Amino acid sequence: MATAIQCRDLRKTYDGKVEAVRGLNLEIAAGECFGLLGPNGAGKTTTIEILEGLLAPTSGQVTILGQTWKDNARELREVMGISLQETRLSEKLTVLETIKLFSGFYRQPRAAIDVLEQMQLGEKADSWVGKLSGGQRQRLAVATALVGNPKILFLDEPTTGLDPQSRRQLWDIIRCFQQAGGTVLLTTHYMDEAERLCDRLAIVDHGQVIADGTPSDLIERLGGHHMVEFQVSGSSNGDGIEVWRALPGVESVRPDNGLVCLNVREPHLTIPALLDAVDKQGNHLLHLTTRQASLEDVFVRLTGRHLRED
Amino acid sequence: MTVAQQVPPTRVPPTRSGTPPRNGRWSGFNHLLMARLLELKREPEVIFWVFGFPVLLALGLGIAFRNKPADITPVAIVAGPGADDALSLIQKSPRSSSIHATVVAEPEALQGFRLGKYDLVIVPDGTNSFQYRYDPARPESVLSRAEVDDALQSAAGRKDPLPTTAVASSEPGSRYIDFLIPGLLGMNLMNSGMWGIGFALVDMRQRKLLKRFVGTPMRRSDLLLALTSSRLVLMVIEIVLLLGFGVLAFHMRVLGSVFTILLLTTIGAISFGGLGLLTASRAQKIESVSGLMNLVMMPMWIFSGVFFSSERFPAMLQPFIKLLPLTALNDALRATILQGASLGAQSGRLLVLVLWGGISFALALRWFRWT
Repeated sequence: MATAIQCRDLRKTYDGKVEAVRGLNLEIAAGECFGLLGPNGAGKTTTIEILEGLLAPTSGQVTILGQTWKDNARELREVMGISLQETRLSEKLTVLETIKLFSGFYRQPRAAIDVLEQMQLGEKADSWVGKLSGGQRQRLAVATALVGNPKILFLDEPTTGLDPQSRRQLWDIIRCFQQAGGTVLLTTHYMDEAERLCDRLAIVDHGQVIADGTPSDLIERLGGHHMVEFQVSGSSNGDGIEVWRALPGVESVRPDNGLVCLNVREPHLTIPALLDAVDKQGNHLLHLTTRQASLEDVFVRLTGRHLRED
Repeated sequence: MTVAQQVPPTRVPPTRSGTPPRNGRWSGFNHLLMARLLELKREPEVIFWVFGFPVLLALGLGIAFRNKPADITPVAIVAGPGADDALSLIQKSPRSSSIHATVVAEPEALQGFRLGKYDLVIVPDGTNSFQYRYDPARPESVLSRAEVDDALQSAAGRKDPLPTTAVASSEPGSRYIDFLIPGLLGMNLMNSGMWGIGFALVDMRQRKLLKRFVGTPMRRSDLLLALTSSRLVLMVIEIVLLLGFGVLAFHMRVLGSVFTILLLTTIGAISFGGLGLLTASRAQKIESVSGLMNLVMMPMWIFSGVFFSSERFPAMLQPFIKLLPLTALNDALRATILQGASLGAQSGRLLVLVLWGGISFALALRWFRWT
C-alpha cells in the first residue's frame, strides 16, 4: 500500500534550548488510521504541526503523498484537512457561514450543506458558532477540515474535553472518513480512543517513538494479556516483589499506589499460587482484581509513569 | 478521489445539493471579505465606535465651541462715590448694549471677579477717575478692559482722530466645527485602521484562527487584502456620515472634490492599515497589542492637530509633527475640504502617507507571524 505520510529523523528545538521532538520516525500507509499516543508535553502536537506544514522542523525530512512542503505546499493543502487542538472560530458567524468560508479556500470543495448533514449539524446551520456546545464546536472544527474533500485528515486531540456521547459521534465520523479511503493521523492521550480507532499507533514520550505497532501487538509485547492487582495486609514491600515475580506465569511486577500489579500470561495458574504465597507469609488479601491488559499498562511498563498524571 | 462518493450508502446524506462548487482565484478573498463584513455588522460596539462616536463627538464639540452671538461683558462697579457716574457713562456710551454693569459692594465684586462672574471690576476713586482690576491671564478680562475703557472714554467725550468701521464675519469654513470635522475624520481613519486591522489580526492569532487558515490553501495575501477592503467599505460610510453630518447640522461647506477626498482617505486608511499590521505583526496577546497600539497612536492624538491646530506646538517640534502620518492626513483633508486644494498641491503630505504605509507593509510582511 502507498505511503501517505512519512518522516525521518524529525527534530524540533525551540529557541535553541527546548528539544520538543528528538529524532522521530513515522511511516503511515494510505487508508490507515494512525494514532500518536503520549502524555502532555511528549511532542505530539509539535510533530503533527510539522507534518501539517505549520511548523518548520529543525532537521529531518517530511513527505506527504510523496511530496514535500517546500516544493508543493499549495497542492498539499488542497488534499489535507486539519483540526488544531484548539481553534476558536468566529463566534458571530453561523455554522453554515463558517463552513462556506472554509470551502471558499479550496478549488473543489464539497457542498457545505452536505458536510453539515454528515456531521449532524444540519439543524444548527443557522445558529451562531458562539451558541454551540463543546461537542458541536468540535464537530464543526472537523467539518471545516472535511469540507475541502481531503485525502488526509490530521486531528490533534479531537475528543479532549468532550462528553462520552460526543466522543462516540466523532469516532463514527472518523471511521466513516477512513472507510471511504481517507488516511487519518490523530493524537490522543486517551487509551480507549487509540485502542478503538487506530489501526496502528506510536507511543511518544520525550519527543521520541518508544514503541509502535497495532494496539494488540503492543499489548502482546507486554508478555501477558492479563493484569492481576492485589493488596496484602502487613505488606513487606521490599523483598515482596521477588516473591511475586517467582510465581508461575508472571511476566512482570510493579508496585502501583499501594497495590501490587502483576502482568500474567495464565491467571488460572498464577492466582492459586498467589493465594498460597500470601497464606505462607501469614498475611491475608485486602484486595484482588483481574482485568485485561490495556495500552495504559504498556505505557506504564515502558516509561514507569501513567499516561495521565493528574 | 471523492470522499463523498465512496462513503458507505447508509451514511450518504439522502439529498445532494447540486454539484460541488468549483472555486476560482478570488473565491477565498470574497468569502473572507463577506465573513468579515458580516462579523462587523453583528458587532454593535463596532457600529457605535466607528459610526456613532465620531458623530457624537462632532455634535458635542460643535455645540460647546459654537460661534456665540457677541458676548455681553459682565462688569462690576464697586459701590461708593463715583459709582453712579461710571454706570451712567457706560449706559450713555454707544457700547451700552454689550456691557452689563452692576454696582455691588467691594467684597462681593472681588469675589465675583475671582469666580469668573465678572470679567472686570471698576473701582471709582471718587475724583472722577477709575481704576480697572483685570486678570491679564484671562483673555475675556483683557478684552473687557479694552472695551469698557473705550466705552467710558467715548461717553466722556473722546473724539477718535481716525474714523474706522468694523464688519462682523463668521463664514462657514473658518469656524471651529469646520476645523474639527476633517480632524475627526483623520483620527477615525487612524483608529479604525489600527484597531480594525491590527487588533483583528492579533485576535485571530490568539484564537489560533490564523494558524487554522494557514492550514488551508488560502492565500495569505487574500486575508490581509480582505481585512483592508473591509475597512475601506466602512471608511466610505464613515466619510458620508461625518461630512454629511457637518453639512446638514452645521452648514459646513465642502469645497474639494469628492474624488480627491475619497482618494486621500483611501491612501490614509491603507497607510494606517499598514501601521496596524506592523504593530500586530508579532504580538501574541490582545493585552500586549493594546499597549503597543496606544503607544503608536498617542503622539498623533496629541500632536497631529485633531482637536486644535498643531501649529500651537513650538517651532522646534514642527518638522517632526509634520512627518507624522496623521498630521499629513489631517492637513491634507483640511486643505481639500475647507480650501478646495488640489491633489497636486499636497504631494508632500501624500508622500509622507505613502512612505509610512509602504514601509510598514514591507516590514510587517517580513516579521509577520502566522502561527
